Formats: sequence, structure tokens, C-alpha cells
Amino acid sequence: MSNILNVSPSPHQQSAETTRKLMYGVVIALLPALAASIWFFGMGAIIVTLVSVLACVATEYLIQKFILKTKPSISDGSAVVTGLLLAFNVPSNLPVYIIIIGAIVSIGVAKMTFGGIGNNPFNPALVGRVFLLISFPVQMTSWPLPQGFNTGYADAVTGATPLAIMSEGIKNGETVSALMEKVPTHMQLFYGYMGGSLGEIAAAALILGGIYLVWRKIITWHIPVTILLTVAAFTGILWGVDPTKYADPLFHLLTGGLMLGAIYMATDYVTSPMTAKGMIIYGIGIGIITVLIRVWGAYPEGVSFAILIMNAFVPLLNKYIKPKRFGKEVKHG
Amino acid sequence: MNNLKRTINVFKTFPKGGIHPPENKLTADKPTVILPVPAQVTVPVSQHIGAPATPVVEKGVAVRAGQLIAQAKGFVSANIHSPVSGKVSKIDTVVDTTGYKQTAIVIDVEGDEWVETVDRSTGLLKEITLTREQIIERCQQCGLVGLGGATFPTHIKLTVPAGKKCDTVIINGVECEPYLTSDHRLMIEKGAEVLTGVSIIKKALGVESVIIGIEANKPDAISNLTELAKGFQGITVQPLKVKYPQGGEKQLIKACTGREVPSGGLPLDVGVVVQNVGTAFAVYEAVQKNKPLVERVVTVTGKSVKNPGNFQVRIGTPVSALIEAAGGMPDDTGKVINGGPMMGKALAITDVPVTKGTSGIILFPAEASKRAEVLPCIRCGKCSSACAMGLEPWLISVLGQKAMYETAEQERITDCMECGACAYTCPAKRPLLDYIRLGKSTVIRLARERITK
Amino acid sequence: MSSTVLLTIAMLSALGLLSAVILYFVAQKFKVIEDPRIDTVTEALPGANCGGCGYTGCRAFAETLVKSTSFEGLNCPVGGADTMGKVAIILDRQPLAVEPKVAVVRCNGTPDNATRTSYYDGAMSCRVAHSLYGGQTGCQYGCLGCGDCVLACKFDAMYMDPVTELPVILDDKCVACGACVKACPRNIIELRKRNKKDRKIFISCVNKDKGGPARKACKVACIGCGKCVKVCPYEAITMENNLAFIDSTKCKLCRKCAPECPTGAILEIGFPVKEAKPAEPADAAVS
Repeated sequence: MSNILNVSPSPHQQSAETTRKLMYGVVIALLPALAASIWFFGMGAIIVTLVSVLACVATEYLIQKFILKTKPSISDGSAVVTGLLLAFNVPSNLPVYIIIIGAIVSIGVAKMTFGGIGNNPFNPALVGRVFLLISFPVQMTSWPLPQGFNTGYADAVTGATPLAIMSEGIKNGETVSALMEKVPTHMQLFYGYMGGSLGEIAAAALILGGIYLVWRKIITWHIPVTILLTVAAFTGILWGVDPTKYADPLFHLLTGGLMLGAIYMATDYVTSPMTAKGMIIYGIGIGIITVLIRVWGAYPEGVSFAILIMNAFVPLLNKYIKPKRFGKEVKHG
Repeated sequence: MNNLKRTINVFKTFPKGGIHPPENKLTADKPTVILPVPAQVTVPVSQHIGAPATPVVEKGVAVRAGQLIAQAKGFVSANIHSPVSGKVSKIDTVVDTTGYKQTAIVIDVEGDEWVETVDRSTGLLKEITLTREQIIERCQQCGLVGLGGATFPTHIKLTVPAGKKCDTVIINGVECEPYLTSDHRLMIEKGAEVLTGVSIIKKALGVESVIIGIEANKPDAISNLTELAKGFQGITVQPLKVKYPQGGEKQLIKACTGREVPSGGLPLDVGVVVQNVGTAFAVYEAVQKNKPLVERVVTVTGKSVKNPGNFQVRIGTPVSALIEAAGGMPDDTGKVINGGPMMGKALAITDVPVTKGTSGIILFPAEASKRAEVLPCIRCGKCSSACAMGLEPWLISVLGQKAMYETAEQERITDCMECGACAYTCPAKRPLLDYIRLGKSTVIRLARERITK
Repeated sequence: MSSTVLLTIAMLSALGLLSAVILYFVAQKFKVIEDPRIDTVTEALPGANCGGCGYTGCRAFAETLVKSTSFEGLNCPVGGADTMGKVAIILDRQPLAVEPKVAVVRCNGTPDNATRTSYYDGAMSCRVAHSLYGGQTGCQYGCLGCGDCVLACKFDAMYMDPVTELPVILDDKCVACGACVKACPRNIIELRKRNKKDRKIFISCVNKDKGGPARKACKVACIGCGKCVKVCPYEAITMENNLAFIDSTKCKLCRKCAPECPTGAILEIGFPVKEAKPAEPADAAVS
């Protein structure tokens, strides 16, 4: 036979799913939310997203090519996803240089120092976001209000997010019902007519993307559903105890970065548990910590910190929670 | 109707893990073609699990088809019979499908004469006259081994050891590997003979009920056997959801009976014996027609193959002859696989013989022959979701690679049935199973050394 | 100073003192009496913890050295005679004379010499390839080229040559720890006696097939003809299983064997190039 044959161990077929397809699947899922943010925030949304994605990809490329001297892996799309998610966590009028610093921290510190994709213990986009929040507190907490598609990059009028309004108000002793007049209605919160970061505003768009992710089998239902149910249950209990001091669960579900965090950030493969049982414990932990920070903590928003804290527990969850084995163990003589 | 049933899944299945590779049953409609006897056959003396058989013929001896040419060595072994009539050319070491050498009996073919004891009539013989013990003895004499691929000697499987009980027999008509259709054709073309063989197995094990598991992508086989089963006692046909690896005996037992074979145990530990449908047919031929195992149906297929089909060949026929019968090797062939694409062995050369365990030959075009580039693990956990044994391939693969054998044993690496679902699923295209196999074989060797110390 | 500061200083000092006292008594109670020489010997050893001595680390080796009565079977290949000499002085014992060694790859199955009959596409591991099949050539004993040996080397003394598809050992870095020997599933690498100028003469083949199939698989295979065995004046060459073997402890590097080999399986490394014989004068008179 003239053909020289390839020989390898079995299996001899590989599925069509690749790392790149999974990453770009996440990008596609985020497009409705991106469209909503451009619709509500205008030029700022476009600039912030573009800068963030380019900066993340560039950082990864430069580090891999010139510092590590290995083949750059930017084509796998993971830096693009980090760039998008970082953009979704910041205001639409954030200065370019701050975005670039955030990208360098996300990719350079939170991802590449640990060995690149697959090795980072903490969610890179969240590490970047928290770093920026702590280093540039003023710029990172002046949230543009939704003024529409025609808003220029630097023209945005800023105000507090609904969650901040609620949280500050409660601390000042106002009742929840009075505060509910000052924040957008539940319906407005659902489709995105509110102040906040790029990605946190449009719950409807985020949920749409989430359904796409589950259908494409990129994520499973365990983490998002568990987080949302835990938050709803915890805030529901509080609201039931004293509706004048605690906002209702639906308000909590639709505000802040909870939808974004639950569906897109907490489900990051590298930093989330590998087993279904582990994922549920992880989700419950995130839900509880989020509500604790929101209600009793100094920050109005707790999702980023909650996810980062639970990221630290993931190696423990992976070590001690094993999938159910087939067939019980038999003691050998 | 079948497609609707498949979509809403009314069929039983195993609950944990599993994947859905494309079925590619290109030859499902191709009736079995009987290939003429080749000019020379090479019959390896080890075509089964257990000790290789010892040749009982020498160079120059004339043999007839069905004649014993190698004797089983010990209990866990099998007899080897000549598939052809002719003269023994030599007894030599030849390269087998693994690329390593083993002893084989090479016979130059002359005519097609059979020993008189073999009944070569083709009519169906339904009445079973042999007793339980005689059935098992006949299976041993005729060199029967499991034709599902594992080639475990059948007479041992039909013997229930003291202390164990068998109440159910499951016949494996699943054929879950993509591309392979030899069992499918057997169930359509020789349904009555298969069911008679099933009844013989039923008698040998002394059970009341037999379940035949068939995947739902073979509706004609399901309806044929269901119809024919009405003429037999205690045989039920169970359609199963199409999911790989449904044909693995542990998954098959779970789907059909709900019982889970314990880790490190055998189906007999839950009172079940599983036999492949091809083995059932071989049992029929051995018990009713006194015919030893000397031929079988092999699927030759592949997207570029000119004349893919199911061929009945004598054991020992070179694989190259089979490929010729299927229209010759396509020019773009990059890989030739002995078996299915998930668990089969890739051949380095096609000048190797068909053995009792050869169920199919698949020719892959070049673009489907090379593995994709290996990328870092993204810890997605899809491998663990795919694992039907509840293992964590991402973990045991690394443990095997880093020689951490103690931890690997604790993580139940020996439970792995090497089905390949994990490596198939991995989006980073990591060679998970390669390292798991390495770790598993070392752990088994170390465990054996511990016991013998 | 305010009372808070004074109280803090007092509290912390008391805590410190209490901890010190507790630690002192605990250290005394759980003290492990150890031979102080173990520490000194450990310091004299290179500290690479490579396992070349056969023990799990330099300290484990030091413990064994101190406890045993002679140096029989105990050698640090990394430190060599220097280190063992120092240890001998510490332990006041006679050191053993050990020959320095170097790792040698005994296969020359390059793509030119051994035609590729298949392409291996599995995991990049010799162990995996070896358990799968005979290999990319007709020789089922030869180097598989996946680099398990290179990965095992902790002294940066090996790399895989992309052209020859064989591992290369850097003699000046090799300390003969034996890690590559253990890593090779086909026992192709051998620790041989190191000669001056790192000269080597060895049979670069481990093929045990008969001459015909061996030669068919690889141009430079050992075919087991035995000519080298006959010509060696020091009886350093033996033949077993169709494969010749030169004992490096007996070989005197006389170079008589290499030209005898019909396939070129014997390699001579590190010798000056033999000069060509001077040409016959063109005008030689013919009487």
C-alpha cells in the first residue's frame, strides 16, 4: 500500500466543539447585552468595549510573544471574552487609560502570571474590575444614566445606580416604599432603562444570552439558577421580615451586576467547580455573600467580591466533592 | 414515528454520562456479502483473552476447514480451527494488528473442503437437543469467544462459578460504535438463528428471561426480532436510546435492569450474564450445526470507500483483501481502523489478518485522520459529564501522566472502561485516554504485585 | 505614653514570653536525637535532590551514608569523586574508586536510516507510543522520538534533535544520574564509562531481530554478523539475541571494530577524522 497511515490510540474521532468555539459562543451570547448598552449609553459603550477587548488581546499577545517567548494563543478567544466582560463591568464614560490599566491587570496579573488559560484561580475580568474600583474609586462609581444612543463618549450625565440609591437611602433611614419612587420600575430594570455599568443594565438581554448558552451546552443551569434562587430566597426572607427596611427580591435580582455575574462571570470554566454538586454549593455561597455585602456591607454591590471569594474555595470543592461513581466499591481481599 | 420517538426519547438508557457521536451507519442497508476464500490465510494462535493456543499441526500438513489446528492452553483459553482447506505453509511470528509480533499458522488454500462433522446445511434447526453441560462443552470445543470485541472465551462465561447466581441474560445487540453494522445485519438476516442461539444460551445458564438490547437506530432489527421472539419462550426485545457507550456491558445492564455492577466486579455479581448477538449466532452454529468459529461478518466502511458493505469472511483473511472487496483503498485514506472509531485500533499496515475479534474496518480520509492540536485544559468539566462511570478524566489523566499511581487508584482509575467518550468531548483536544490507559495499566500491575507479595 | 499603649506593650511582651517558654519545653520534650554528621554530610552533597544515588533526596542519602559502614553501592553521580572524597573525610572512611559515567543513546534510527512506515499521532509520550504499537518504523525496538528522556533530565543535558528525531545528550552537562535511562520504555539509553575527551565507541542499535528483518527496517541496524566480536583484541564485545554489545569497562578505544561493521552500526564519537591515504604518484614507472 502506498499510503503511509496515521496511527494513534483510540478514540479516533473528536467532537466538533473547540475552545475557540466555546469562547466565541460566549461572545455571541453577550451581543444582545452589548446592543442594549449601546442603545442606552451611546458612543461610550462602543469605545469602552473596543478599548477593553483590544487592550486585553494586545496584553496577552505581547506577554506571550516577548516575555514568555511562546506561541501566542490569542486566537482561542479567551482574551476577547475577558475584554468584553471587563468592559461590561465598568461605566461607559471610563477614561481610556484606566480601561487599559484594567486590561493589563486582568490579563497580565490575574491570568498570565498563573500560567495562562486554565491555570488562573480567580476570574480575570473581576480581578481587573475590583482593582480598578479600589484604585480609581471616583471614576469607577460615577455611573452614566441611560440617555440614549446619541450620547457622546464624554457627554454622559451621571448618577447613582438604583442599587446605590436604595442602599444609601436605607442607611439614611428612609423607607423602602419611599425609595422605590426614586428608582426605575421593575419593568424598566428588566429591559435596561437604568444607570449602571455597561453590562448590568439589561436583564432581559442577559437572560436571552443565558438561554443561548444553555442551549449551546456552553454552560449548565446549575450555577446561574442556584445563585439567583439563593439571592431571591435570602432577600425574600429579609423582605418578608421587614418590607420597609429591605427591598423586594425582584428588585435585587434585576439590579446590580447579579444577572451578569450569575450567568457570565460565575460560570467561567476555569474558576468554577467541575462537578454539579460543587457548582450548587458554589452558587449558594455566591448568593449568600452577595446579599450579605449588599445589605450589611459598605459597598452597594457585592457580586464581584462574592464571586472572587468563592473562587478561592473552588480548589477545595474540586478536591472533596466527587461525582457519583458507577458501581459501589468492593473491598478487595 | 421512530424519529419522533427518538426525539422525545421514550427509550430506556443509562442515566450517567454518554455522548452522541455522529452515527455514520453507511452500511446499515447493505446485505451481507459472502467473500470467496482467499489464496492464503494467516491464523494467529491468540485471538482471545487468556493463554495463546498451542499449534497441533506442522508445516506441510494438509488441513480441512473446521479442523482443530491449535489447542487451548488451560481453562482460560480457546481452540483455534482452520477456516480453510489446504496445506500449512509455515508456523511463524507475524505482525498482528498491534504492530507487535505473535505466532500464527499460515495456510495455503486449496479448494474449500470441510471436516464431515460440520453440518453445512443452511436450514434453521430450532430444536435444542443438547443438555446444559453438553452445550458448554460444545462451545469450548468449537473455540467460541465473545464476538463483541473483547473475545472472552464463551464456555467460561456460560459456566456460573460456585457462590454466584444468574437470573437474567442480556443479549447485546446495541452496536453503539459509529459506522459498524455487522450485528445489525445479522439481526435482520439471521434473526431466527440468532434467537435460537439465544435460547441455547438461556438453557445453558438455566434462566427464565432474556432481554435483547437494541439501539433505536435499528428499527428494522427491533421489529424483526420482536416479531420472531413471539415464537420463542422468555425473550424480550428492549429498544434503547441511542447514546454511546450503551453497548458497554455495565451500561447495558443498568439500562435494561437498573442494576449496577460493583466496582471491580463482574455482571454475575448482580446476577446477569451479557453476550453479544454475534456470539449468540456463533453458539447456534456450534451447537446445532457443530460448526467451529471460523468465519464472521466484518463491516468495511468509510466516507470515501467505493463499495462499503458487510462481508462474511474466513478468519485469517488479510485485511487488505477485505479492503479490495470494498473497492480498494481510497487514495485519500489517512487512517485504517480495526474496530469502531471510539475503541478500535489504528493499523500501521493492512497486511494483517482478520481475527475472531474483528468487527469492522473503517477507512478515514486524510482530513479526518489527524488529531487536532492539543491546547491547555480549560477546566470545563465536559469530560467528567461524559464519563459513564462517574470518573473525572481531567484528574486521572494528569495522575497517569505524572505517575501518581496511589492517588490514581483512589480516584478509581481502574473503573475506566476506556470507551473514549472523555477524549471525544474535550474541547481542548487533550489526549486524556492515552494517559489514563498508561496510569490504569500501571496501577493494575502494582495491585497485582501487592497481592502476590 | 497613654495607658492603652502601655497595656498593649505589656500584653504583647507577656504573650511573647509565654510563647518562648512553651516552645522551649516542647522543643526539649520532642527533641529528635540525630547524628550531627548527617547535617555535615548533607551540606557536602550537591543538594540537587535528583535521586541519582537511588535515594529520595540528598538528606536521605546522607542518613544512609552515615548509618552504613562502607561505601559499597553508595555513590553520588552528580558530585562524583570530589563529593564522595569530602564525605569520606567527614565520616573517616576509605572512599571507593568509582568510574565516572555518561549517558549514551544507542539508536541511530533517523528518518534517513529507518524509513517511516506510519506516523504516530497520539500523545507526545514514549510510554504511550510504546504501549500502543511497534513504532513509526519497521524496527519495534528503536527510539520513538517523543522525548520522555528529555523531560526526565533535570540538568538541561538533553534536547530532541528535530532533524534526526533522536535525543541528543550534552556530555559536559550530563551527570549520569540515570533519570533518562529509567524514563526510556525501551532501554535504549545506557550509562557507559566516560573516557577522556568524551570519546565513545558503542553499538548504536538495540534491535534483537535477525539480520534480515533488522536491516530491512533500518540501514544502520546491527545484523548480528559477529565480525566485531571476532576482531576485538580485548574481548570487550559480546553477542546476544542477534545484537552485539561493547562493554565500556573493557573497551580500550582501539577502533578495530568500527571499520569491520558492514552496516555502520558501531559509532565512534570524538576521534580525529582519519586522513585519506596519499594518492599513488601518477608517473609510477612500470617496468
